[in-house]
Amino acid sequence: MKIVVCMKQVPAGTKVDIDPETGTMKRLTSETRTNPYDLFALETALQIREKTGGIVTVLTMGPAQAEAMMKDAYACGADEAVILSDRKFAGADVLSTSYTLYQGIQVLGGADLIICGRQTTDGDTAQVGPAIAEHMHIPHAAWVSGIEEVDKSSICVKQKMGRVTQVSKISFPCLITVDKDSCVPRLPSYLLKKATRDRKVRILGFGDLPNQDLSRYGLIGSPTAVERMFAPPETERQVYLKGDAKEKTDALFRILTDKKII
Amino acid sequence: MEFLTFDAQACTLCGKCVDACPFGALKMEKHGITVGDTCRMCGLCVRQCPERAIHFEQRANEADKEKWKDFLIFVEQEQGMIHPVAFELIGEARKMAAKVGYKVNCVIAGGEGTVKNAHYLLQYGVHKVYAYEHKELEYFRADCYTDVAADCIAATKPSSVLIGATELGRSLAPRLSTRFHTGLTADCTSLDIKANSDMVQIRPAFGGNIMAQIAIAKSRPQFATVRYRVMDKAEKVKEPTGEVVVCQVTDKMAASGIQVLSCEILEKKKGLEEEEIIVVAGRGAQSETGVELCRQLAKTLGGQLAFTRPMVENGYGDTAHQIGLSGRTVRPKLIITCGVSGAIQFTSCMNASECIVAINQNPEAQIFKTAHYCIVDDLYQIVPRLTKLAEKRKEEEKDGLSV
Repeated sequence: MKIVVCMKQVPAGTKVDIDPETGTMKRLTSETRTNPYDLFALETALQIREKTGGIVTVLTMGPAQAEAMMKDAYACGADEAVILSDRKFAGADVLSTSYTLYQGIQVLGGADLIICGRQTTDGDTAQVGPAIAEHMHIPHAAWVSGIEEVDKSSICVKQKMGRVTQVSKISFPCLITVDKDSCVPRLPSYLLKKATRDRKVRILGFGDLPNQDLSRYGLIGSPTAVERMFAPPETERQVYLKGDAKEKTDALFRILTDKKII
Repeated sequence: MEFLTFDAQACTLCGKCVDACPFGALKMEKHGITVGDTCRMCGLCVRQCPERAIHFEQRANEADKEKWKDFLIFVEQEQGMIHPVAFELIGEARKMAAKVGYKVNCVIAGGEGTVKNAHYLLQYGVHKVYAYEHKELEYFRADCYTDVAADCIAATKPSSVLIGATELGRSLAPRLSTRFHTGLTADCTSLDIKANSDMVQIRPAFGGNIMAQIAIAKSRPQFATVRYRVMDKAEKVKEPTGEVVVCQVTDKMAASGIQVLSCEILEKKKGLEEEEIIVVAGRGAQSETGVELCRQLAKTLGGQLAFTRPMVENGYGDTAHQIGLSGRTVRPKLIITCGVSGAIQFTSCMNASECIVAINQNPEAQIFKTAHYCIVDDLYQIVPRLTKLAEKRKEEEKDGLSV
């Protein structure tokens, strides 16, 4: 059983400042952390490995400094860690990011099960997981809130889709994206940390990937482009509604419906 | 066919695509595989190729943009009902379509009743509704739904495809945009269109701390998912002129690696922290009648009733529904405080809410400093009327949805 967990190192905070004159984003805090949703993905993988045996490989695309995150994953129990790192991968949107990760999985010799977190805290798109599944032509289940059953050939997952809860059985190979609260992520263990201190993190660059067509990667391979960034409009505070009780109520109702709050 | 490309390096000339093509459009020539005029862009070869050497290539120049026209809305169904986000997508698409002379079409997929729902969509002023009804499509399965929607997209070549940013939509959209090798903008909160048919897509990023304007200038179709309750619902038209096109669901489309074992509505009791709408009864509501009025309002708005600490101490509610330092911290979309004075122990645990409404008779009440909308008046006057207005609207919406 080969399980690949896709992870991402994200900025530690989500506070962003915009330079009001140039309209560009001021540099984010340089502190990073593991995308919190990915911890649930890693934990899910480790729990499945306890049942079925196999290898858990963590995979990320990003700068070499993602090694710190991979070391943490080792200390949690991951077997292998691979970073896809190359300047040619920079500026990637969903399509080229998912393609690069798919190529990385090919280098690893494929996977029976790929697990992603539901989304990242910086991009917030929740799209990379399903996009990887499409590149690989395998089925996927997103928003998985629990694993009902798993064996060597298939997995049974519970998904929350709007008002309904769906339970599905999917044969391997497949991909799932797991929601938070689907499990309780373990903390890195000191013993494992000591034991894995010398374990290397594998770095793959553009030259290591099977498809050498540059137009599939990074900025060039990205059909979407950010045209500009700007601060969201400030919300008004302390608006006093005027008139008699009826008029005030009607005014409030109109505001709430116009703003689609109710 | 200019939209289908072969990766010559990856292609091993195995010929599987040539055999798979139902239209006989692919030919093995000396220099590789070529695509003939009979290609319908069904995508079977894209899925069949063991080397993944075939893609839909959408790098568009201005001329190619001419070949991708109109809007296509993916209409989601939940438990056999049209998800209301569809009406908002139609409304937004119609506004944009009017600017560039496009039509608005829909694709709907599902089990029994899908064709009936397709007819219902016509009154919202759409041109064509492509309906895929099949018992295997009763439940959402990412692979089947992708095949069905891709079939429609390949046949109709829309300039833009809009999908609701629901769990289903956000699971489906990235597969589709990947299959067509094009761009997707998630969770748009605002959409517009330029004269050259490029959409201007605005979405929040970094947890809503920043807004990004995204363009998909060189690929078609442009995919966007749009949040529910952000856009205006489409107006009904007096004399619908559109038509429903019933499309065939092939065995290939219906085949799936996913087997749905159960699908049910689980009314999980939400904790106060997860609630989107909260009505708070404070000391100003201190009587059974006052609390009951607030409860009615919360119920009508589909939210929960919460209390301030003095109210809980006086036995009106339990601590699981108490907001404040000794209770819960909440940040719902809407919080309506009724007769709450607004002590710091209370406001510090709810001031991150997206919209705060304060109703209090005392114009000096602290709560007004925190509120977005302030009503200095008697809650016994305001709350019942607000409940009535919300009830009336709920009834109207229900009428609008019943098929």
